[in-house]
Amino acid sequence: MIVRILGEGQFEVAEHTVEALNSIDTQLQVAVDSSDEAGFHEALRSLLALVREVGDRVPDDHLGPSELVLPNADATIEEVRALLGEEGLIPG
Amino acid sequence: MAGLMKRMSLIFKAKANKVMDRAEDPRETLDYSYTKQLELLQKVRRGVADVATSRKRLELQVQQLQQQSDKLDGQARAALSQGREDLAREALTRKSGLQTQISDLQTQHTSLQAEEEKLTLASQRLQAKVDAFRTKKETIKATYTAAEAQTKIGEAFSGISEEMGDVGLAIQRAEDKTQTMQARAGAIDELLASGALDDPTGTSKDDIQSELDRLASTNDVELELAKMKGELPGGASAQPQAIEGASTANQTAPSPATPAEARQQPEASS
Repeated sequence: MIVRILGEGQFEVAEHTVEALNSIDTQLQVAVDSSDEAGFHEALRSLLALVREVGDRVPDDHLGPSELVLPNADATIEEVRALLGEEGLIPG
Repeated sequence: MAGLMKRMSLIFKAKANKVMDRAEDPRETLDYSYTKQLELLQKVRRGVADVATSRKRLELQVQQLQQQSDKLDGQARAALSQGREDLAREALTRKSGLQTQISDLQTQHTSLQAEEEKLTLASQRLQAKVDAFRTKKETIKATYTAAEAQTKIGEAFSGISEEMGDVGLAIQRAEDKTQTMQARAGAIDELLASGALDDPTGTSKDDIQSELDRLASTNDVELELAKMKGELPGGASAQPQAIEGASTANQTAPSPATPAEARQQPEASS
């Protein structure tokens, strides 16, 4: 399964890690919903670390979309909300 | 509700689908998208150059502030040697203010450098994907009818579209960062140009330096006075004259230049 970290690129992640990813993803979602910036950064950090650790970099010339997209490492709750809120925010 | 990661990916896909649905013949979308990809490549390269410019400006400012700081350090030492602790304290206080600014600029510099690296990598990734897309596009256009093309280009198109969205966001972030920094850098440039860093009160070009100069000239005057007093009749003036007389006897005539040097010049060979 391909996962993208915004600003870093795509990673191929084994299906069995999805559960671990989803569990941190839930923390991330809770943090966004409750505007818990510290919790958000904590969850995002562990999520990105996990993907980088277990994932293999997808070759740059691969042309395919990602199953999951993760915010960039220095993203804020506000930025994530804006991304989710309006499609128009994604340029290009 | 799907998790955050899934929702983010859906938003990128929705964006790609919207572009695809607009075109009557999906093969037109390929060409249109390719043009957009090339534009974005240009843009990301410009972005890298802009960040590099800001980074270099910061480096220059750190250098200038460091020079000011070194100067204040020298002034503090000069003031101390003149017994003016108050003046030395003032110089060191200003130096400490500058050091705070310098370390703040260095933090920003590190952050800009990271941004520059990220954008450079993003531009490489995009370039590789754009090349792959061009090949795929030509194959699809040559091989498939409009109806067939629809399904064939779906994956490739949403893949490149996602990459473009990602790169576009990265450019925006870099632009925001450089803009904030340029505003701050502009303020520091003004400070440096106005000479206010030398003198926060703005009353003179450099009050510590002028005080040091004044002290130095006062000392010179005192020394000269003392010397003149010594030369007055009735003073201890006999001894210096004796020393002067002794030193002139030791002078030797300068030796004439030897012609050897001229002879050692290499001859011009043909």
